[in-house]
Amino acid sequence: MSVTTASSAGIYSKAGSLSRERRWAMWTAYASLILAAIIFLAPPVYMFITSLKSSGEIANMQGNPWLVRSPTLENYSALLGNGMFLRFFVNSAIVTVLVVAITMVISVLAAFALARMRFFGSQALATGVFLTYLVPDTLLFIPLYQIVGGLGLLNSIWGLVLVYPTLTVPFCTWIMIGYFASIPKELDEAALIDGASWSQMLLKIFVPVAMPGIIAATIFAFTVSWAAFVYPTAFVTTPDQMPLTIGIVSQLVRADTFAWGQIMAGALLAALPPVVIYAFLMDYYIAGLTAGATKG
Amino acid sequence: MAQVSLRKLVKAYEGNVQAVKGIDLEIADHEFVVLVGPSGCGKSTTLRMIAGLEEITGGDVAIGGTVVNDIPPRDRDIAMVFQNYALYPHMSVFENMAFGLTLRKFPKDEIKRRVDNAARILDIVPLLERKPKALSGGQRQRVAMGRAIVRDPKVFLFDEPLSNLDAKLRVQMRTEIKKVHQTVRTTTVYVTHDQVEAMTLADRVVVMNHGVIEQVGPPQELYHHPATRFVAGFIGSPAMNFIPGRLEGDAHGLRLVLGSGVILPVPPERTARYAPHAARPVLLGIRPEHLTDKKPTDKRNIADFPATPEVIEPMGMETLVHFRIDGHEISARLDPACPVAVGEPITLAADMDQMHIIDPETDKVL
Repeated sequence: MSVTTASSAGIYSKAGSLSRERRWAMWTAYASLILAAIIFLAPPVYMFITSLKSSGEIANMQGNPWLVRSPTLENYSALLGNGMFLRFFVNSAIVTVLVVAITMVISVLAAFALARMRFFGSQALATGVFLTYLVPDTLLFIPLYQIVGGLGLLNSIWGLVLVYPTLTVPFCTWIMIGYFASIPKELDEAALIDGASWSQMLLKIFVPVAMPGIIAATIFAFTVSWAAFVYPTAFVTTPDQMPLTIGIVSQLVRADTFAWGQIMAGALLAALPPVVIYAFLMDYYIAGLTAGATKG
Repeated sequence: MAQVSLRKLVKAYEGNVQAVKGIDLEIADHEFVVLVGPSGCGKSTTLRMIAGLEEITGGDVAIGGTVVNDIPPRDRDIAMVFQNYALYPHMSVFENMAFGLTLRKFPKDEIKRRVDNAARILDIVPLLERKPKALSGGQRQRVAMGRAIVRDPKVFLFDEPLSNLDAKLRVQMRTEIKKVHQTVRTTTVYVTHDQVEAMTLADRVVVMNHGVIEQVGPPQELYHHPATRFVAGFIGSPAMNFIPGRLEGDAHGLRLVLGSGVILPVPPERTARYAPHAARPVLLGIRPEHLTDKKPTDKRNIADFPATPEVIEPMGMETLVHFRIDGHEISARLDPACPVAVGEPITLAADMDQMHIIDPETDKVL
């Protein structure tokens, strides 16, 4: 209104438009997000569509592959009726739960020590922890094979429980060091004066305050452990010890025969637990618990 | 409750940088002592050494007669209030205040009694169930004080507790802290860089600079009888004016001759004190409130002081006038009714009974 008045009085001229700039930014943002969503959602949608098709329909090259003509749940029933799939699922669950637990205990303790207890070489150690994360598992599995073999844990889920933390601990420790470092120093000093020991300070102050960081690290460890492929491929050979990732591939691909419908159904079901975990923990992860600790 | 003693206390960091250079201080039981000084003067480091949060390089800290150098903070029976409150964000106000007592395994009803009592003193009873993020800055600071009070420690330590509050709240909380101390009478060591806070709160003020204590004394003594140029300039707002000059004597007594030719007679009762410094360069120190507009008075030792105002700041209850002598900025406090104008020469009245003469070589007040 003031613009109209001003221009009608001839004193001011209008330069630029905030609303036009904002509209342009909104369009660009929406277009980019839609493009990204299409790219990321296309594979799971295609998996879902294929999982609802019979083998005959999948093999039929006529028509649009994105449409299901006669939907069926036969792939799901065949998969769930097969005891091996449940075995893979249980193996994955056991390995993942144990690996997440081991990872979080080690990385929270290590990060607390590295972030808060000043001792000789703590800085170098913190950097060293991160450097170990940079060594790829495709390089590590050869020496690890010797070690796991030496321990008599080849072809056993316990071998996986032992080696997965080499993938998860360094990164989770690194995340937790960053998170603990962001907690104001005065909070531990207040706790020290209040009478807390180091362990009480960790359990009663740091762990609750750093819960978003711990959840982020847990999600990471869960995803890595659930989706690990190279190590189980190298270390596990019999189906009863296989986790989902290699179980699906090894059992549903027979020489050059691919049970595509079941592979897709199995992959979708295998992806469910991480999706559920993300859905439940994301809000908690995003919530900034540290608000109000200090001035701000 | 207890007295606190610092004996030859030293704190040195890597590279032999000394933050505290061997200070001695005796703080009596029930006393409220304020450590004040500019940034980096060593006041916070001293407080943190008393708390046990900083290792002691040399000397001793004793609380209640016991040397506590090697005793961890939790066993020193102290409580500390931090500048940024340091409340536990995941705990309610009640839990925050009760935390120290819970760790010390106090019975539940005793914890409740103490927290309720502290909450009443600090007027935060309705906030006990809230989380820190739902509190304003002033409320958070009260909770931080509550956490200290419930412990009923031997010593309270405050590390610039009001620095994060706005000006109005700061004045309010200052009164609150004084009230709390009058109620609980716990020995208190309070660190601030704000000399007004120091003056208003302290039984005794400790002025620190460059890791040493410049002067210790009650606020009025520091104001009226500063020992060094630093203390003279640090205490008081606006700061004391310093003007180079020369003491000259004749048969009639001593006179202070300023570079600009202004001559100020030295009060006869001070002649003996300053006589050894006659014919030597000195610094005149005079506070703006002792450089005022001329009005009829029966006070002795009032001298004329010519000035040409460059900046005039009307404050309501007074008017600050700034001018220069020999390139040195000088401030004077005038009655708001006194007519002054920029560039128009006036004659001010200097109260020579309140002035100080400083030796420029040693920076000591003579």
